[in-house]
Amino acid sequence: MQELLSIKYDVESGDFIRGGEASSSIKKLLQQLGIKADIIKRICVACYEAEMNIVIHSLGGYIEAKIFNNKIEIVAKDKGPGIENIDLAMKEGYSTAPEYAREMGFGGGMGLPNMKKSCDEFYIESKIGEYTEVRMVVYF
Amino acid sequence: MKLGKIKELLEAEVLCNEELLDYEAVSVFACDLMSDVLSLAKKETILLTGLTNIQAVRTAEMLDLRCIIFVRNKRPDESVIELAREKGICVLFTKYTMFTACGILYTNGLKGADMF
Ligand SMILES: Nc1ncnc2c1ncn2[C@@H]1O[C@H](COP(=O)(O)OP(=O)(O)O)[C@@H](O)[C@H]1O
Ligand SMILES: [Mg+2]
Repeated sequence: MQELLSIKYDVESGDFIRGGEASSSIKKLLQQLGIKADIIKRICVACYEAEMNIVIHSLGGYIEAKIFNNKIEIVAKDKGPGIENIDLAMKEGYSTAPEYAREMGFGGGMGLPNMKKSCDEFYIESKIGEYTEVRMVVYF
Repeated sequence: MKLGKIKELLEAEVLCNEELLDYEAVSVFACDLMSDVLSLAKKETILLTGLTNIQAVRTAEMLDLRCIIFVRNKRPDESVIELAREKGICVLFTKYTMFTACGILYTNGLKGADMF
């Protein structure tokens, strides 16, 4: 299982204009690599939700994509408040997103469930007041 | 149903990628919540939304959707149209509200996109 390439994007807190650019770049890259469209879609849905969570809920972080010949691994890690109760956060519809996030089309509480559903492997780890880290794997 | 026909039915204006009017849409998803849209992973679906910011276009991009219809006479900013143009997404813009636009399309035979 050889790592072909790895790329990292910074994601800024509160930036609803640029939020999504990392996911968009990863999409372009996967298309260039000739990955099947429905696989790319699953990766992008998960990656984009993770990216928007960094924008909405954290103080900023990064998205890192590691591409192997048989899979992609995406790590979304931020500095921020962290998640107190991960089981609760994973519930469909649970959200602490502020009103302005809802006005931007987010905050429906479906992001983490969407990520989990979209990926073959999903791991989340968080420390209150410090960080949240989501790691996702999709096989090609 | 062809986008051209949808444009006619909704008396819509085309804001970019007019050449896609021949595209055949199979179903519609009407929603202002992008996470809900993201949990639908169907092809040939078009997005009907009142959310005119750049994230509506990003969402369509992630899902390979070919058309977004903005309702309620809310014209998106030029930067939003520009991104859609670049991503090959046809943008329509109608004066009808969400409910009425949905009703018109449904009555004329378009169906909702099923969730996966
Ligand atoms: N990166 C993060 N940092 C802090 N809290 C988070 C993060 N991601 C998710 N959460 C918490 O988990 C909840 C559910 O997340 P999600 O399912 O993506 O829904 P939404 O983003 O719509 O609120 C959020 O409302 C928030 O409380
Ligand atoms: Mg979210």
